[in-house]
Amino acid sequence: MTFLAGPHRVSAALALAWAGCCGFDASAATTQETLTVASWGGAYARASRAAVLDPFASESGVAVRLTDYNGGLAEIRTQVQTGHVHWDVVDLNTEDLLLGCEEGLLMPIPVAELPPAADGTPATADYPPGHVTDCGGAMLFFSFAVAYRQDDFPRPPTALADFFDLEAYPGRRGMERKPEVNIEMALMADGVAKADVYAEMSTQAGLERAFAKLDALKPHIVWWQTGAQPPQLLADREVAMTTAPNGRIFNARFLEEQPFEMVWDGHVLNSGGFGVVRGTRHPAAARALVLYSARPEVMGRLSGYIAYSPTRYSSPAAPTHLATGTAMAEHLPTSPAHRATALVVDVEWWADNGDDVRERFVSWLAQ
Amino acid sequence: MTAASLTADGVVLDRDARQRRRARRWATALTLPLVAFIGVTFLAPLGAMLARSVHDPLVADTVPETIAALREWDGQSQPPAAAYMVLAQELLAAREQRTIGQLATRVNRVQGGMRSMITKSARKLRSAQTAAAAAAEPPEAAFWREALIDADDGWGEAASWRALQRAGERFTERHYLHALDLDRDAAGEVVPREPTQRIYVALLVRTLLVSLGITGLCLLLGYPLAYFIAHASPNRANLLLLLVLVPFWTSLLVRTTSWIVLLQSQGVLNDLMVAIGLIDDDGRLAMIYNMTGTFVAMTHVLLPFMVLPVYSVMRAIPPAHMSAAASLGASFPRAFWRVYWPQTLPGVGAGALLVFILSIGYYITPALVGGRTGQLISNMIAYHMQQSLNWPLAAALGGILLACVVLLYLAYDRFVGVERMKLG
Repeated sequence: MTFLAGPHRVSAALALAWAGCCGFDASAATTQETLTVASWGGAYARASRAAVLDPFASESGVAVRLTDYNGGLAEIRTQVQTGHVHWDVVDLNTEDLLLGCEEGLLMPIPVAELPPAADGTPATADYPPGHVTDCGGAMLFFSFAVAYRQDDFPRPPTALADFFDLEAYPGRRGMERKPEVNIEMALMADGVAKADVYAEMSTQAGLERAFAKLDALKPHIVWWQTGAQPPQLLADREVAMTTAPNGRIFNARFLEEQPFEMVWDGHVLNSGGFGVVRGTRHPAAARALVLYSARPEVMGRLSGYIAYSPTRYSSPAAPTHLATGTAMAEHLPTSPAHRATALVVDVEWWADNGDDVRERFVSWLAQ
Repeated sequence: MTAASLTADGVVLDRDARQRRRARRWATALTLPLVAFIGVTFLAPLGAMLARSVHDPLVADTVPETIAALREWDGQSQPPAAAYMVLAQELLAAREQRTIGQLATRVNRVQGGMRSMITKSARKLRSAQTAAAAAAEPPEAAFWREALIDADDGWGEAASWRALQRAGERFTERHYLHALDLDRDAAGEVVPREPTQRIYVALLVRTLLVSLGITGLCLLLGYPLAYFIAHASPNRANLLLLLVLVPFWTSLLVRTTSWIVLLQSQGVLNDLMVAIGLIDDDGRLAMIYNMTGTFVAMTHVLLPFMVLPVYSVMRAIPPAHMSAAASLGASFPRAFWRVYWPQTLPGVGAGALLVFILSIGYYITPALVGGRTGQLISNMIAYHMQQSLNWPLAAALGGILLACVVLLYLAYDRFVGVERMKLG
């Protein structure tokens, strides 16, 4: 038997290698279709794979390959404009989902075509306003919040203002190297009410005020650029506090047992979801993945892997973290307690004023 | 046979001339691949980039009638009613063809806030369109004016229309104005931008100063080294040259990151200084991720470009010159200054020009070790190419940088003479 099995295994391996490197379209029926999904890497991408992509692959028979990126539309625009589309589906912030849709970079998927809720409520009535676009809806809510080490401060920080208080809470601060979230947090810490933040940001004086607040902190800031960095910075004690996507901090705390804690005061709530790149070679499979991820029960599964919550009203968030059994309610950014302290990001505001503010931010950084 | 080739001499001459011509043609043909290569990989992209900085037809192509309707408008008064009607129709069409996003992004660059104004208006106009289609006869211009202002108050303001008019210029100087921190006000006068929006001139000046500093440092370090190599015994000179060339042949990325290892706050140099008690543990020096890092790493990376031309020129100077000066009674400094130094100038000029031109366009090293304060204009160009995707502005910044290099080259040619430059 073993004598016979050897050569057979070799030829099977050769056939596989052949299919992998040089498979023809004509043999598509036998060759598995593969979708390339660009996502945010690290703990989030692992959670996304386990909760959404792998179950989709086994249901549809379409293989999914993950690749990392840092957000933004630049790469998608290059791919679409040059006609070399090698990403099929991209995990986008809702702002980019909206902009990319308007710009014709993404394939339209009208809200009405998204799957209805279990009780038959159509998708059009099942998403919070602003979190659904003509190219797909948001799949999850995430938050940027302040995180710190429990063993660093005898009296732990409790308010967003503590992040900007270097006297009571000495040490370096981690912030993302872009103005989004930072401007909002600076104003909230300076005493602007949540409801007035974007009105304040729309005035020249309001922006001055935000940058002045950041000025005081500037020499102590370590700038990070990818979501995986802030937990690392905290773990290495490079910073005493940092802004971070809440899910990454949750996973570092519960899966890697780091002594991290969050300040939920003034966290900035945002959402994101899948969009299909226009010109993909697998439009049907890509569209199927977006529709799959929009099912209420599917998006709810994500909370079993990372502390992000589903966007649809009808979607039940997984109550416990599968790997550790942690009750998720108090860790999700949309839990009633956290919802009350959240600033919901104004996607339209950033789409309108982002270019100006980002340019100013870059010049402020270099001063 | 022609008459000229009948005489014996004439035949030979004629054949010679023909052979020379053929040889010349051959030589020209042999350079053709290179000419074609340079044309395709250098001149064409350069031209396309420069064209992009002044030619931006997208808005004019997307809403052509509106731009035409605004041609006679003075920019201050109420825009013509016809403009409202054609704009409404063209916005609807652009939404249909999914070009509305690109249009909105372009106009938004002229005036922030217009992106959502345009996309929102196009969305809301659909109900007006339905109403217009249901009406017995096509509605008048006033109907569309009302519909637009209904969709967004901004259409009642002249500033929005001015932005549209400005974004609709096919050929425009506005990216160059932006790159020079200038803008046009409501009356069309060129004025400086708001102080908080002035970025590029200061950055350009900084880039030029840093490049000048790096060129000076390279000269200061490279000249004595080249002198030493040129006057060492052949064996030692070969070894030293190898030491100059090995880093030259080493990947730029490797050299830059090794400076990070050496200079960072937990790095080799700081550890060493703490160990020998020069500084205490809290007082570690910040030598990287700032201007110091940019200076050190770029000087190191560009040093061979100074050493090699200077060295090659020095080797060609006969030792007898210095001996002759000495035998005529000149002290060494005097002989060096009057006899040796002037003869090395072609090499110094070539090295300095090379280092300066390379450093004003340098991008990867400042990006890696420059941190927040050590960024140069090239990093801003990269930012607009890769992140903000404002390619016309990136092209204008690149055009200005190119103009700086060309000016410098012309000045060098005027005062020193390019034919005196020696690269080796």
